[in-house]
Order: sequence, then structure tokens, then C-alpha cells
Amino acid sequence: MQLVRRSAIAVALGVSLYALQLWLADGLIEYVQRIVLLAGINVILAVGLNLINGTTGQFSIGHAGFMAVGAYGAAFFGVKLGPIISGVIGAGALADGVTFNVALLIGAVLAGLAGLLVGAPSLRLRGDYLAVVTLGFGEIIRISFNNAHFLGAATGYFGDTPAGLPAYTSFFWVYGWAIAIVILIRNLTFSQTGRSLTAIREDEIAAEAMATPTTRLKVLAFSLSAASAGIAGGLFAYMQSGIRPEDFRFDKSIDMVVMVIIGGLGSISGAIVGGVFVAVTLELMRDLQQFRLVLYALLLIVIMLVRPEGLLGSRELPELIRSRLGRAKVSK
Amino acid sequence: MSTFLQQVLNGLSLGSIYALIALGYTMVYGILKLINFAHGEVFMIGAYAGYFGAVGLGVEGYGAAGFPLYLALVVLVFAMVVAALLGVSIEFLAYRPVRSAPRLTPLITAIGVSLFLQNAAMLAFSPNPRPYPPILREVRFELGGVIVTNVKLTIFVVAIGLMAGLSWFIQRTWTGKAMRAVATNLDAARLMGIDTDRIIRATFAVGSALAAAGGILFGLDQIMINPLMGMLTGLKAFVAAVLGGIGNVRGAVLGGLLIGLAEQLTAGYLSPDYRDAITFVILIIILILRPEGLLGVVRPEKV
Repeated sequence: MQLVRRSAIAVALGVSLYALQLWLADGLIEYVQRIVLLAGINVILAVGLNLINGTTGQFSIGHAGFMAVGAYGAAFFGVKLGPIISGVIGAGALADGVTFNVALLIGAVLAGLAGLLVGAPSLRLRGDYLAVVTLGFGEIIRISFNNAHFLGAATGYFGDTPAGLPAYTSFFWVYGWAIAIVILIRNLTFSQTGRSLTAIREDEIAAEAMATPTTRLKVLAFSLSAASAGIAGGLFAYMQSGIRPEDFRFDKSIDMVVMVIIGGLGSISGAIVGGVFVAVTLELMRDLQQFRLVLYALLLIVIMLVRPEGLLGSRELPELIRSRLGRAKVSK
Repeated sequence: MSTFLQQVLNGLSLGSIYALIALGYTMVYGILKLINFAHGEVFMIGAYAGYFGAVGLGVEGYGAAGFPLYLALVVLVFAMVVAALLGVSIEFLAYRPVRSAPRLTPLITAIGVSLFLQNAAMLAFSPNPRPYPPILREVRFELGGVIVTNVKLTIFVVAIGLMAGLSWFIQRTWTGKAMRAVATNLDAARLMGIDTDRIIRATFAVGSALAAAGGILFGLDQIMINPLMGMLTGLKAFVAAVLGGIGNVRGAVLGGLLIGLAEQLTAGYLSPDYRDAITFVILIIILILRPEGLLGVVRPEKV
């Protein structure tokens, strides 16, 4: 029964996303469409990063590296597998959709593996050391792509044709993936595993004393977080004709950290709000070009000084609304 | 053999710059347990202060005769004072308010300060690289097949001199002794009547001044400076501090020299493309094999 209900919800969501896409493609200028897509990608990045930085209380500032692995993986395998898939099921929209999603999944798996590779040794470290190691890895990954000649090195990867990568990324796929990842991470966070992750954040030694396999869970959370950054990277890659190593510099990692912090470390709804907020403000501030990053940095400092827990703290939006309503009733 | 010696010489001179910067990281970490991410930017501002100081004193006008030594020293002191003031203001405005917050809060604040200074510098000084003024005219001479320049020698001598000065300061002066006390145990030091706020301020001032000296030497060595130079160099110096054992002053010097050597040897024998990556490879290896660093002491974790 539940299965039927869930599939019905999924189908309804899919149809409404598709309808929205048709309406948006029609009604919005390209510039706004781009912001809407970026906002969706940011949501994936922020919710993924929040799993490790917020829920588990570890601190990664190198997630741009995993995003890069996902982007390059998806772009490369998409370009190589595209003709094969079209050959099997015939060229067309269906083949494009299959190619795109297979490519995204390959990108995600590669990013997840990279996360495993980075996480397994370094998650034994705590707090600020981990931050520096992730930063270092992010840089190593970028430098490697900068020197990978079969991926275009510093000029970037644009596929095999002069037209560049096909524009697969659409509203439907971005938000479809965003919803899927949010639901997945939400369910994980409120499962027993999720509770263990929170326990690690609150007191790692106590959690270990309670027989929580802390290292294994941290590595799991880290890889999942890296994999979602990989999906975001793949979506980002097919949004434009190509990707360059500079797209994944240290600033990109900082963007992600800002998204999570604005919303409130440990809050999924906060991460969603933060992701959208950053996409919109960065675009709005584009006219202020050179002042943009100065203001951005000041914002980060002021948040830390005034409200270090972020907009929502570690609470969730529905919970917050409910408690507000509850209080209103009591006061009556 | 002579290429090897050449790389070693270049590595030691670069490494002594890293060592100067690493000292600031290690001193602040020793006292506050904070990775001062903005330290790389203090180094960058120090280099710019030296640039403007030298240009202000009319360095271009001296031509082939060269900039007089006493003016070069004025430039050095000027940059060190500017950086010290900057370091103290950062501590006062950004770090002091969050000192008792959970550890991630000051870390994020530090990242924010670092980003702010980088971008403010791009606005103020323009993002384009600038050629560093000829504070020292380069003289080359050959020594057994190795090309030695007076610039490289000066870098080495100035860096060693400053480090010796720091060592004297920490070991012999009252403030230095108080710094060691605060690093060992902040609360106990306060109970002994040490003004810990003042000592923390002094630590930031000294660390930042050394970074500024590093900035000038870096400008002389690399010829060009730009507003983003603090990030990568700062990270490498931080890795140097971790390699030597963070919180350990001698370790920072050792780590700096080793990182400089590793970088030059990688650039010389492997590929210049990987000179930046090698630092992070070292960082990861050291954190896995010996997280307390080469000269660090293992401290049991307290519950």
C-alpha cells in the first residue's frame, strides 16, 4: 500500500517538475533560467556537504575537488558512452536521458571513491587538521586535472566535438536529482546511522565508548557527501559547453561552506535555504563584481560573530514552524 | 651534482621564507589552538607594504648604484610594523570575540578574514601581478659550478638572523617567557598574574612581523607579487608548521626548510607542474604516519 502511495507521489512529482520545466523554458529569460539551475545544483552541494560538516561535525573545505571528479567523470564517460547507448536504443531524447543519468552516476561513484580514498586515512584526524587535509586534497585533485592531457589539461574538457558538451542539464533533471538526494540524506539523517553520526559530532569519545564504529561511519558520511558533490559536478558540467580546472578552485569549496553555514550547520532545510541564497545573491551582486567577494567575506565574519549557529541553527524548518505555532496557541 | 647543489641552494632559500611564515602559524596555534588562516594574507600585505615603502623612498631613482642598505632596512622595519599592526587588529576584531566559542567558529572566522583581505587587496592594489622593486641589485657569481646570487644569500642570512632573534626573544625576555607559559597552560598562566590578552596580542604582533619579512624576501626571490600569493604560500608554510610539529618553534624552522627543499627538488627532477602538489602529499603522509610532527610531542587526548 505504502509502495503504491510512494510511487504515486514520485510520478506526480515527476509530472509537475516536467510541467514546470516547460513553463519555465517558455516564460523565463535565459539568465534567470541559469540562476534557477545553479540554485538547484547548490542545494545538492549544500545538503551533501551538510551531512559531513553539519550532521557529523567534521570539517571539509575541499569539496570542490569531489565536485571536479564528478564533473570530469560525468563529462568524459558521457561523451564516450553516448554513441554506444544511442547505437543500442536509437538516437533521441530517450538515449540522451539514459546517457546523461548513467554519466552522472559514474561521476558520483568516482567522486564517492575519491571521498573514500581521502576519508579513510584522514578522518582519523580531528577538526581543523581534517580541514587542512581536505583543502590539500582539493588542490591536488585540481592540479592533477590541470595536468591531465587526455582531459584537456588547463584549457578544460569540451568533449570530442567542437560544439562542446551537449546541454543535457535541464530543470527537470536538476530538481529531480535535488529532491532525490535531499530525501535520501534526510532519511539517512533520521535513521539509526544518522543518530550515530550526530553522536560523533556531539562527543566522539563518548560515541566510541558506546561501541559506535566512529571511523567507519565518518568515512561513510564523507563518501556519500563526496558522491553528492559529484552529482552536482556532473549537472554543472552539462550546463555549459565544457569544464575547466579553474571552475573548481578553493573559492568553490568556500562557497559550499558558506551555504551550509548561512543555513545553519546540521540543518537540511537550512542547507537548502543557504544553497538558494548563495546562488541568488552571487548573481545579484554580479554588477558589483569586484566588491562581491569582499562583501561575501564580511558576511561570513559577521555571521560568525553575531549568529554562529546560522539562520536555523541545527533545527529543521518544519520543526521550527511547528514550535512557533505551538507557542502561539499556548500564549492564547 | 652541480644541478643537485643548485636545487638544494634554491630550496634552502625558499625554505627559509616558508620557515619565517610557519613561525607565525605555530606560535598562534601553540597558544590559541587556532589555525590562523589569515596569516598568509598578512604575509601578502607585508610584501605590499615593502613594495610601497621602497617605491615611496624612491628606489627606482638609485639606478645601477643600488638601494642603500640603511634604506632597505627602513623598508623592512616599515613592512614589519604594518603587518604587526594588521595582525593585532585581526586578533582584536575577529578572533577575540569568538575565542571561547566552539573550535569551528574561530576557524570559519579565520577563513572569512583571509578571504576578506585577499579581495580587499585585489580592490586596493589591483589583481595584476607587480614586479618587485629592486631593493637589492642582483649580483651573480659562480661557486664550484653552482650559481649563487646575493639575493639568495641575503634571504638566507636575513631569515636566519630573524629566527635567531626570535629564539632569543622567546628564551630570554620576560614577554617570551610569558608566551611559553601561556602556550603551556593559558588558565594557569592567568592565575600567575600574566596578562594573557597582552601576551596573545604580542604573539600576533611578532608572528605577523616575521611574515612581513618573509613577504619582502619572497618578493625579492620570486620577482613578482600579487594579492593572491598569500594563499598557496601560506598553506605551504602551514604544512611546514605541521611537519615540524605544530606549536614547536624549532619544528617550524625545520619544516620550512624541508618543504622548500622538497618543492625545489620536485620541480627540478620530476616536473615543475607538481611543485605545489608535493607539499600536500607531504602533509597527508605526515598526518597519517606521525600526526604530532617531526619534533612534536604526543599528548594524550583529554575527555
